[in-house]
Amino acid sequence: MALNAEESGRLAALLGGHAEQVTQRWTDIVASSLRGRLSHAELRRQVEDLHRAIVGAGEQGAIDLSAEHAAELRAALSELSRGRARQGFSATETTISIFALKDVLADLVQGSATADALHDYVAFSKLVDELGLFTFESFVRTRESLIADQAEQLLELSTPVVKLWEGVVAVPLVGTLDSARAQVVMERLLQTLVDTGSPYAIIDITGVPAVDTQVAQHILKTVVAARLMGADCIISGIRPQIAQTIVALGIEFGDIATKASLADALRHVLRLNGVETARRQPRRDV
Amino acid sequence: MERVPILKIGDILLVSIQLDMSDQTAVQLQEDLAERIVATGCHGVIIDITALDIVDSFVGRMLSTIASISKVLDAETVVVGMRPAVAITLVELGLSLNGIRTALNVERGMELIAAARADELDHQLDDDPDAETATP
Amino acid sequence: MTTGVDLGQPQAQAVRSDEDVVRVRQLVRTVAVAVKLSLVDQTKVVTAASELARNTLVYGGGGTVEVTTVENGRRKGVRIVFADSGPGIADLDLALTDGYTTGGGLGLGLSGSRRLVDEFEIDTSAETGTRITVTKWSR
Ligand SMILES: Nc1ncnc2c1ncn2[C@@H]1O[C@H](COP(=O)(O)OP(=O)(O)O)[C@@H](O)[C@H]1O
Ligand SMILES: [Mg+2]
Repeated sequence: MALNAEESGRLAALLGGHAEQVTQRWTDIVASSLRGRLSHAELRRQVEDLHRAIVGAGEQGAIDLSAEHAAELRAALSELSRGRARQGFSATETTISIFALKDVLADLVQGSATADALHDYVAFSKLVDELGLFTFESFVRTRESLIADQAEQLLELSTPVVKLWEGVVAVPLVGTLDSARAQVVMERLLQTLVDTGSPYAIIDITGVPAVDTQVAQHILKTVVAARLMGADCIISGIRPQIAQTIVALGIEFGDIATKASLADALRHVLRLNGVETARRQPRRDV
Repeated sequence: MERVPILKIGDILLVSIQLDMSDQTAVQLQEDLAERIVATGCHGVIIDITALDIVDSFVGRMLSTIASISKVLDAETVVVGMRPAVAITLVELGLSLNGIRTALNVERGMELIAAARADELDHQLDDDPDAETATP
Repeated sequence: MTTGVDLGQPQAQAVRSDEDVVRVRQLVRTVAVAVKLSLVDQTKVVTAASELARNTLVYGGGGTVEVTTVENGRRKGVRIVFADSGPGIADLDLALTDGYTTGGGLGLGLSGSRRLVDEFEIDTSAETGTRITVTKWSR
């Protein structure tokens, strides 16, 4: 599929020899396909980069996208597709920017109606197809990693850890808790204990419809880990179904404090502190 | 072999572990601490492990031993500053650090020791009828 | 069971003293960071390595630790091999039980480190000694 050395040379000469005409026409075609969503100047710069990379590759011998000396060409294509993926263009809109080169080449080749010209046009077209596919793939990769990043951000957003009171933080969990999310919650809660120096944490699961063994285990481990760090957890808002699950699964909640609601849990913590201060206060006077 | 320094601050011995200890260093610390508790008559020990990026079963056992020894020597030990990743790992490893008091940071650790001493004083006063009458 | 392919040369560390166990921890940490394990996963694999390297020293009479970067499709990981030519482990099931120790330890080294890694494999006999291979994959 790659071009041999002579074909590459002719392509480089053709594109290089009509540089102004090529970039102008190429930019126009791309611009009309994007209908003004990128400025003409910016498109022109992108097209000039691609043009330079293709001519450069052709002058160095056979154009083969997988070859060492095509690194610059690959970089130019990747940069174009990454940029477009970030700006929210579709895969089609992105690859058209490459396929437009075919129209430009057709115009050029038509000028010289030799038998070679037809042969070259077919070969050049195949190369453009290859460049287009490469761009498409790199576009998809960028989109995939963007989506993965967004999923992670959503996960973080959906598990807020809030400081409820001096020394008390809370995680109000809402929605389905899967193992991955439970793990994120666990780590964030423990880090917040350190950051705020809070010795109490309330895990409120009022908004959680159901838990499975794994999730229950994650919550338990969080409580034990917090204890190792010197903090106490209270679990509030356990629904009747979840209580039944916990018992049916034979999960030991042991001596972990549970309360009906977030308010009850907070009252419990404040009373714990209140009792302690009430007991300790007169001691200082002695 | 490197040695972990032990500082005396007021009535408390403060050990801030700053290096990745070899097992020998850990055992040495255990011995040094017992000696310092007796020599200083301190009633509180704070072991700050904020800088430790792992605690394995050897160091875990050393912490438990230090807590037990200091109890015998009438001192309260509090381990402070355990990192979340370390705590999560210890839970998975299966180490419960039973018998060890922990606190989030040095200040909280001091409060714990003060509270424990106050409780103890309380008991002594309750148990001792002479002391009771002596208090106005 | 071990899966995935090796990438590049393993890095080796002899285990002859407890200073060497410290070096094993540091080597494993470096590789775990390089393959982009999360902080919690780094901590887990370094802790497991510390336990197993100590066993190599104490029960195996010393040996070697080899650390390799591995890959399976999308994920990278760190693989560690602990090898000694000591007496071997007579009753593996027993040795893998929480709390079992013949050396006055806590008996959590083998069982606990198995929980801390994704793949865990033991080859042991009185003739060849003990060889433990563990792998932790990035998420
Ligand atoms: N490399 C080894 N060679 C021989 N025996 C071993 C080895 N590793 C572990 N063992 C045996 O397995 C037991 C359990 O090991 P471990 O779980 O690490 O607990 P601990 O180190 O506290 O004894 C050891 O007490 C020892 O008898
Ligand atoms: Mg061991």
